[in-house]
Amino acid sequence: MSKRNLIVLAILLVVAVALPFVVSNYRTFQFTLVMVYATALLGLNILTGYNGQISLGHGAFYALGAYCAAVLMDQAGAPYWATIPAAAVVCLVAGFLFGLPALRLEGLYLALATFALGVAMPQLLKYDHLAKWTGGVQGIVIAKPEAPWGLPLNPDQWLYFFTLAVTMVMFWLAWNLLRGRIGRALVAIRDQHIAAEAMGVNNAIYKSLAFGVSAMYTGVAGALSAIAIQYVAPDSFSIFVSIVFLVGIVVGGLASISGALYGALFIQFVPNIADEISKAAPWAIFGIFMIGFVYLMPTGVAGAVRLLLARRKS
Amino acid sequence: MKAKTITASMVLALAAFPAAAQKKYDPGASDREIKIGNTNPYSGPASAYGTIGKTIAAYFTMVNEQGGINGRKITFITYDDGYSPPKTVEMARKLVEQDQVLFLFQTLGTPSNTAIHKYMNMRKVPQMHVATGATKWNDPANFKWTMGWQPNYQDEAKAYVRYLLKEKPNAKIGILYQNDDYGKDYLKGIKDGLGGKAKSMIVAEVSYEVADPTVDSQIVQLQQSGADVFFNITTPKFAAQAIRKAYDIGWKPLHFLNNVSTSVASVLTPAGLDKSLGLISTAYIKDPTDKQWENDPAIEKWRTFMKKYYPDGSLIDNSNVYGYTVASTLHQVLKQAGNDLTRENIMKQAASVKGLKIDTLLPGVTIQTGAKDYAPIQSVQLMRFNGKQWERFGQIIDSSGM
Repeated sequence: MSKRNLIVLAILLVVAVALPFVVSNYRTFQFTLVMVYATALLGLNILTGYNGQISLGHGAFYALGAYCAAVLMDQAGAPYWATIPAAAVVCLVAGFLFGLPALRLEGLYLALATFALGVAMPQLLKYDHLAKWTGGVQGIVIAKPEAPWGLPLNPDQWLYFFTLAVTMVMFWLAWNLLRGRIGRALVAIRDQHIAAEAMGVNNAIYKSLAFGVSAMYTGVAGALSAIAIQYVAPDSFSIFVSIVFLVGIVVGGLASISGALYGALFIQFVPNIADEISKAAPWAIFGIFMIGFVYLMPTGVAGAVRLLLARRKS
Repeated sequence: MKAKTITASMVLALAAFPAAAQKKYDPGASDREIKIGNTNPYSGPASAYGTIGKTIAAYFTMVNEQGGINGRKITFITYDDGYSPPKTVEMARKLVEQDQVLFLFQTLGTPSNTAIHKYMNMRKVPQMHVATGATKWNDPANFKWTMGWQPNYQDEAKAYVRYLLKEKPNAKIGILYQNDDYGKDYLKGIKDGLGGKAKSMIVAEVSYEVADPTVDSQIVQLQQSGADVFFNITTPKFAAQAIRKAYDIGWKPLHFLNNVSTSVASVLTPAGLDKSLGLISTAYIKDPTDKQWENDPAIEKWRTFMKKYYPDGSLIDNSNVYGYTVASTLHQVLKQAGNDLTRENIMKQAASVKGLKIDTLLPGVTIQTGAKDYAPIQSVQLMRFNGKQWERFGQIIDSSGM
């Protein structure tokens, strides 16, 4: 990491830590959601951006993570922080297993298979025989965590810092994973899978693993969202969630770690702006924003930032 | 002359003083305005209901033009939640913490309201007249800041069952329901109403998803079960399909259709008026497409209101009468609250509405609440479709004693 990057990172960290003391609780809550989305988008970006596998069903893993957290807290009385690794493991395994058969599917076919997963999830969550745990259509209401060790933070601020810590660990892990051998292998498979195989990259293992890791990230985000929202229900995880995630990574910047953060800001705040502009057709306004972004920044916000920095250098 | 005016105004000022001293405000209320918050699905799968939010906004525009309530203007802030509970949480927090509204009103949807139920009660901000028929909103012992409005689904289901047990005690019942909270609430109402007979009387129970294209196969399944009574617990699009399919395959059960789907224009006409003959349902509000209300002064008044304040709104959509009626209820509550605009008093006034008549409600249906009764409308009337219009029959059924 260059010195300049380190400085930027340090400034970002200072801003992130100061933020909840400057803005209102409501804004703090919104920024908590931004970090939740950023983690989810990072997961999808590992799969779609780096590895070239399109998923239209990541909302399903997000739901799985959220329900893991909620069921553990509600049924087993688990503390909220313990549900994060549990959700990670469950989603890693689920993602890996789904990735195995999905190996045979390329491009659009994979998109369809994952779409099916995303569509099916809300109905599976309503399934009668699981209703004992999932609360069926009514969902599960969970309690909001308080700040531990007598810290002088209100629940919103504490949740913000908790989410910040988890998000930072997840980003650090992704950074380590993606800039080394594994990251190169993923990109090689995306760009030319036959050549990658010729170079000794085990396509099958890497693709399934990418699926697993990606699902794990999204699952962790789901668990964080359940804790932040304090409620899970099948209606929270419609297919639209998956589509919005895809929008997020494309707008933020494919195959870019910082892109996840830009994308998260976009999907958190732009729908609210659109709603304020027009009640009659909020999604039409959202669409205009999306077209604007894609047209003006074809490589996403991250790509545009990169370009700007490169231009300043030269 | 001048001196007289001054004395007069001094007397007036003195007279006004004690009233001024009693003025009490919580965030969102002042001498000039009352801020009310709302979330509605203006986008997403339930966006058809978004028109309720628009009607309410139009209603308060009208109230403001006529001078407001007790001299205060209503500021109605409404946000889109797309029927997604996480979004409802975000928007409710925005309304309470950032916009500083006095209370939330008519937030729509059972899952959406469940998501903010705890939050609103923890913050002690009223979650007033929620737009859902779930039974759980009438629970003042545990959630004293949340109140429903419309008759709840379980009470409605029990009204049908009561009629059925009297008319056809040996019925074989087939049920079609939407697989969500709304469908299951009705289902529970039917089963509770039947009590011990539920097991023997219900011969088939099938569900569908909102995303399904048709319910044709479910209807065939119900017919083959040998059922001679059909509980049709479906939303408008599916209700029309079910009525038509049942008729087309020659299945002629005693057909109960839930109140959600009784619109003549958007359900029965597409299904076929002849095919809808003999349907039984309940009503508590006047249907603007029903011929018998064509020249009704209340519906006339509503039409004039719609044309002036919400010209884009549909004149055949029940939801717009609903929005108008529920806004009228709140209008009354705020009038009663007078100058004591604290959240505590708003809740207290909402819980002490005694026999309020609103002319868009059916004759005989009144709004009644109490400290232990957070269910404003509890009476419905049975009605039968005669091929042209709904004919109400029997007494007003008040379920508060059921």
